[in-house]
Amino acid sequence: MLLIPCPWCGPRDEAEFHYGGQAHVAYPEDPAALSDEEWARYLFFRDNPKGLFAERWSHTAGCRRWFNAVRDTATNEIHAVYRTGEPRPVIA
Amino acid sequence: MSPGTQGRRTPGADLPGHPDRLWRSAEPKRAYDVVIVGGGGHGLATAYYLAKNHGITDVAVLERGWLAGGNMARNTTIIRSNYLWDESAGIYEHALKLWEGLEEDLGYPLLFSQRGVLNLAHSLQDVRDSVRRVNANRLNGVDAEWLTPEQVKEVCPIVDISPDVRYPVLGGTYQPRAGIAKHDYVAWGFAKAAADLGVDMIEHCEVTGLDVRDGRVTGVQTTRGPIAAKKVALAAAGHSSVVAGYAGVSLPLQSHPLQALVSELLEPVHPTVVMSNAVHVYVSQAHKGELVMGAGIDAANSYRQRGAFHIIERQMSAALELFPVFARAHVLRTWGGVVDVTPDASPVVGLTPVEDLYVNCGWGTGGFKATPGVGWCYAHTVATGEPHPLNAPFSLDRFTTGKLVDEHGAAAVAH
Ligand SMILES: Cc1cc2nc3c(=O)[nH]c(=O)nc-3n(C[C@H](O)[C@H](O)[C@H](O)COP(=O)(O)OP(=O)(O)OC[C@H]3O[C@@H](n4cnc5c(N)ncnc54)[C@H](O)[C@@H]3O)c2cc1C
Ligand SMILES: [Zn+2]
Repeated sequence: MLLIPCPWCGPRDEAEFHYGGQAHVAYPEDPAALSDEEWARYLFFRDNPKGLFAERWSHTAGCRRWFNAVRDTATNEIHAVYRTGEPRPVIA
Repeated sequence: MSPGTQGRRTPGADLPGHPDRLWRSAEPKRAYDVVIVGGGGHGLATAYYLAKNHGITDVAVLERGWLAGGNMARNTTIIRSNYLWDESAGIYEHALKLWEGLEEDLGYPLLFSQRGVLNLAHSLQDVRDSVRRVNANRLNGVDAEWLTPEQVKEVCPIVDISPDVRYPVLGGTYQPRAGIAKHDYVAWGFAKAAADLGVDMIEHCEVTGLDVRDGRVTGVQTTRGPIAAKKVALAAAGHSSVVAGYAGVSLPLQSHPLQALVSELLEPVHPTVVMSNAVHVYVSQAHKGELVMGAGIDAANSYRQRGAFHIIERQMSAALELFPVFARAHVLRTWGGVVDVTPDASPVVGLTPVEDLYVNCGWGTGGFKATPGVGWCYAHTVATGEPHPLNAPFSLDRFTTGKLVDEHGAAAVAH
């Protein structure tokens, strides 16, 4: 069970959150201009690293706000949480 | 075999003893015709059929841990072929037919028990989808029946079919030929048979790189040194993204923990396998007597072979909803594996953009049942350089063409 530090509410139990997958995936600026390969990449391919991963969470049973976290998928350690719109922090 | 006959024997009496040595753990040679990355069920079955069906025996199975210590050792062993779409029915039914002759073929007991699978329906939509799936299954030659709640109760007397519960049982689909097997024996059976045909089983050998020259794979880097290969076949399940990434190939996968649990040993009470999508759990009773339960993945990506406890709690409350008789059973053990999930809940099996590099992955929460079938088809793909007709629909390029095989929900709980 993860202890997730919501940037607004502080550390809360994982059961209070909803997962949103990879963070910083921008909607294509001009979708009609994409090739099939590019469209497939946008729709179906997400990073799946064993290591640091920037991901989205929503505190559904709390403040109901979305935010981002950088978590190590090999250890589950959460290195940083930050609010939507803020850049991904650099982790040494 | 009729449900229940298994149970009248002393639990565990028909289990063969733990083997001393079924295969030799080989030292890596400097080169092979085919290197298989990953010694789970799929890698081992592929090695066996490469040797048996195609006469290719200069093969190494490289496993970073011990043989079949990944998802093969962690799954809940449900075998069925009642998937909705023709493509899925094709490969899973091929697998089920192979299961039906596998003990004789491998000369090894697998405790394959065709005790049937019930997929329960709890809403009108469930009922419509289920009846549609029964009809689709029959058109594909897959045995399937629609059962009323009373018939469900006949097959599995401990299911609560009373109408005054939160999610009443409105009926269910039944596949009599479905069932369970003993996962470890399946791995050992394939490993032994493949090793007998000359395949090298190389344990504690992690692949740390893939050598690609002019768009063609030429070998692998490992923790036990470089190994040249004419062909490389990936079968790394939860770690497929990592391994394929060594050759610059990206896969539409997300790796998630999937948990399961067993109760203490109980008298035989549960004669079949029951799965429920709405009340999310599935339950069978292992040969020794444990109730074996599982449900869905942990939501967050992770490569840790463990998950969150609230997932287990939900699984158990769902089980109690269906089987009030389990109220006093104790959990003996919970565990997790790392499964590779695709966007359409169907696997990826076939060629890659790198020549002579093949991929088999994306079986997610449901690849155990496919073990012999995928081994057969993947071996064909690797041996001939062309996809077997049964895995051709599961190519990587379906995500570009849009010809997905969407088994989400369609196939009931995805195990
Ligand atoms: C809890 C749980 C329950 C499940 N229940 C069912 C079920 O009821 N029915 C069903 O059909 N399926 C089920 N599954 C899914 C099934 O277990 C998998 O789809 C299937 O086992 C995957 O194929 P495999 O056996 O080859 O995988 P694995 O056994 O995971 O084999 C992959 C191997 O690759 C190795 N590997 C990874 N990276 C490297 C590397 N770099 N170098 C060398 N080796 C490497 C791993 O160590 C591992 O041994 C379940 C899975 C889990 C976790
Ligand atoms: Zn919050």
